[in-house]
Amino acid sequence: MTRALTSHEFDAVPEVTRLATGERGGLPGVQSEADAPPSPDELRDDQVDGPELSARLAKTWGTEKGLIGALSTVDHKIIGRRYIITAIIFLFLGGLSAVAMRLQLAQPESKLISPDLYNQLFTMHGTTMMFLFGVPIGEAFAVYLVPLMVGARNIAFPRLNAFSYYVYLFGGIMIWVAFMLNIGPDTGWFSYVPLAGPEFSPGKRVDFWAQMITFTEVAGIAVAISVIVTVFKMRAPGMTLDRIPLFVWAELVNSFVIVFALPAVVTASAMLILDRLVGTHFFNPAEGGDALLYQHLFWFFGHPEVYIIFLPATGWVSAIVVTFARRQAFGYIALVLSLIATGFLSFGLWVHHMFTTGLPQLGASFFTASSMLIAIPNGIQIFCWIATLWDGRPVFRTPLLFVIGFFFIFVAGGLSGIMLASVPLDTQVHDTFFVVAHFHYVLIGGNVFPLLGAIYYWFPKFTGRMMSERLGKWHFWLAFIGFNVTFFPMHITGLMGMPRRVYTYLPEMGWGNLNLISTIGAVLFFASFVLFLYNIISSARRGPVAEPNPWNAGTLEWAAASPPLPQNFDRVPVVTNREPLWANRDSLPVVAGLSVENREQIVSTITHGRADLRESSPEPSIWPFLTAVATTITFVGSIFTPWAVVWGSIPLALALMGWFWPKTSTEDER
Amino acid sequence: MRRIAPALLLLCLPLGGCQHWQSVLNARGPAASTLAHMFWIFVSVLATVWVLTMIALLLALRRRRPEDADPLATNPTTERRMTITISVAIGLTLLTVISLTGLSYAAQKVLFAHKDGALTLLVTGQQWWWKITYEDSQPNRVFTTANEIHIPVGEPVLIKLESSDVIHSFWVPSLTGKMDAITGRQNQIQIQADRPGIYRGQCAEYCGLQHAHMGLIVVAESKEDFERWREQQISSAIPPGDEERQRGMEIFMSKPCIMCHQIRGTDAGGKIAPDLTHVGSRRYIAAGTLETTRGNIAAWIVDPHGVKPGVNMPTIQLEPDEVQPLASYLEGLK
Repeated sequence: MTRALTSHEFDAVPEVTRLATGERGGLPGVQSEADAPPSPDELRDDQVDGPELSARLAKTWGTEKGLIGALSTVDHKIIGRRYIITAIIFLFLGGLSAVAMRLQLAQPESKLISPDLYNQLFTMHGTTMMFLFGVPIGEAFAVYLVPLMVGARNIAFPRLNAFSYYVYLFGGIMIWVAFMLNIGPDTGWFSYVPLAGPEFSPGKRVDFWAQMITFTEVAGIAVAISVIVTVFKMRAPGMTLDRIPLFVWAELVNSFVIVFALPAVVTASAMLILDRLVGTHFFNPAEGGDALLYQHLFWFFGHPEVYIIFLPATGWVSAIVVTFARRQAFGYIALVLSLIATGFLSFGLWVHHMFTTGLPQLGASFFTASSMLIAIPNGIQIFCWIATLWDGRPVFRTPLLFVIGFFFIFVAGGLSGIMLASVPLDTQVHDTFFVVAHFHYVLIGGNVFPLLGAIYYWFPKFTGRMMSERLGKWHFWLAFIGFNVTFFPMHITGLMGMPRRVYTYLPEMGWGNLNLISTIGAVLFFASFVLFLYNIISSARRGPVAEPNPWNAGTLEWAAASPPLPQNFDRVPVVTNREPLWANRDSLPVVAGLSVENREQIVSTITHGRADLRESSPEPSIWPFLTAVATTITFVGSIFTPWAVVWGSIPLALALMGWFWPKTSTEDER
Repeated sequence: MRRIAPALLLLCLPLGGCQHWQSVLNARGPAASTLAHMFWIFVSVLATVWVLTMIALLLALRRRRPEDADPLATNPTTERRMTITISVAIGLTLLTVISLTGLSYAAQKVLFAHKDGALTLLVTGQQWWWKITYEDSQPNRVFTTANEIHIPVGEPVLIKLESSDVIHSFWVPSLTGKMDAITGRQNQIQIQADRPGIYRGQCAEYCGLQHAHMGLIVVAESKEDFERWREQQISSAIPPGDEERQRGMEIFMSKPCIMCHQIRGTDAGGKIAPDLTHVGSRRYIAAGTLETTRGNIAAWIVDPHGVKPGVNMPTIQLEPDEVQPLASYLEGLK
């Protein structure tokens, strides 16, 4: 299907530089490194073809067998797959803790779960869903799909990417092991001071929470950097800014939001640890500290966090809508600009989490305006998707069903959010079950439903097998009904005065029936996930074998095999359209000239996506794993003694020296 | 909102039982009424937006293109029409959010406007109860109680909010929205009731183990009833009238109770737990958790951690025959 681009075909794509031909290409007067003549003794991909090329590239880019090989891998698909599976395991753990809470709340004054355990459960639920599922799942999909969608052979900084996965995994394991040992955090996923401070939360519970933040934020920022560089510098030749798939745009904006938002919460949690561990007084009013400072820092991260969870989902929705509407996206530019606007605006809303803290009224009302304003870019996105469906020919497969569910639920959640943006109304519904209902409509509607659609959509790419449509439809309806039965009544429970985070309530409050309905819904909703799990496992084993492009989609990941070979593409594609596989149905233009024996990648220019350099991609290495282990020892040790930072820096330094030891291999000499 | 909310809410009221003493929609004060009105305006506008969007979505899901059409092909007329439609929709969205912002701001001005009132209360949130001090220009008329606020109907009452430990939030939804009590700061909120009644409130900011049991009630009553209540609260505790209560008092004074609790007019002078001078006159004990009956008082004293696990009140060693007189004494502190 693929073939090398011959000379005259370059005229069709004038921005593309010929690679390794020894002739000058690209813009007149620009001598690019990519034009340098190839080393004659190295086999290049225009010298071999077909299965031999595939096999040789797979060997060059492959991962060694065995445990050391598995821990050394830098293949973005293997790391991405681990990331996705880990995040989904945390989704199930978070879901289980939610079901436990719902069982406790099913009737008034239930003695099923003690207050101490309940408080740990809701803390673990929020913490897991936000930090161990919500942020990582979007990044996990980026790790797997962004390189494929931009036509690269691996992610940028693949070792950093591998390091990030292990740090995330170890952080998640640490907090759940702490919970199993009954030293789980119990101060809420926000851990407000002074409650989380040394005076009111003695013991190590909050320290585990604060250190978990450090773990996940280090991991989150590392991936964000990899994704940004991949999108900016490693796109296939011809992929100009306006040919970048919408999913990739969403992940790019998301990565920028992560890079700017996460440092605020790392600051907050670091100051909290310092207060607890070495006796500083950042948040202690008695010594001149300020309890509200913590809230500002936390929510300066906490509100963008909502968009960190939502933005990747817009990418999933865009991809699914376009594929199943059988029409290119309507309003591509508007959609991209809305994403960017959402990214910026998300930093101007944090105070609406603090309307009841007694802030100056005029200042608070500005945040009403900015919070309402974010309805505009979100509205543009919703309308553009609807227009795409309107002018298309919708094919009702499971991924599209989940996206339709997303519309119903997310729009409702967005609109109830407008109520929370209003200072006066917020004083009534803040910290009640109304808010619980609202943000589950936004987060489950805005992230989980698109995610489920995305899993059905990309499952054939990940595994080479299709998921069952019949089970998928059952799954959808069970999830949609279960979700609404759980969360719609919570709006009313909240208006009837039930605050959040209460482990029980008195019978005379009259909240019993509504809570019972919510609990029944939660059990249904959880059952839908059990069905989903069964569908995943049985389809991965026995599902029908998938073609490279089973949905007849338009983006580049569908040009790779299902599942993709280690090199992703035998020859790097040349992009001439936003939906390359729709524009070039019979054969995809490619560039040739990259090394077959070394991990050579094209580095392209930011705006025009013109091939600029040939760059070697790092080989597998065990050092990222060892560095992650050293980091973990340091972080976990520092929960118990500040000296761990000092002693832990020794193994950490050794691991980093191993990682960055100057290499003499040929890969870096050109 | 998913469906036509008002109809649904009416449907759900029977599900919710009969008590609505802690409900946003059961507004019994001017502030809460304004908020309830505003809530319904928002719900109607937003529900309309939701319904229209979903209709548009459902219409969009009808098939249009022929099966084998080129997915990249676009029709300029359709493109133009869709652009115009979306621009109009965005314009309307903008108009909606601007109107709602304006409405919100106007309501904010009304709600947070300072009105002069006769009464000022200092309410201090503590783990897990509310300390309530009625301020007065005459120091001998200042008094402290717990978890039960009385206010005269029709008068604005200023509440100063403080916290002695972690952050709490004062919320009596039938009267007005909530306000946090933040460590190291003082916030203010005004409440006013339009008709007599008992309104329940509850801490709305997670404050630790027993956050769920940190209730309070507001009793709105006529000016005369209120003044009578105030005079009674200012007075010292009435001495026990019978032998059993006398014995109860002796037990109280000989136990660690006095380390934390105060009963004005006796030797008990502790300040870190609720003032018990008139505990018998309050409707609930343990911060809105148990009704004040002799049996409940006895149950609470014998095993406070059975009722509120983790509460700061320790379990005091009592002989079996000491419980009844002690409960009787406390119940008699009207």
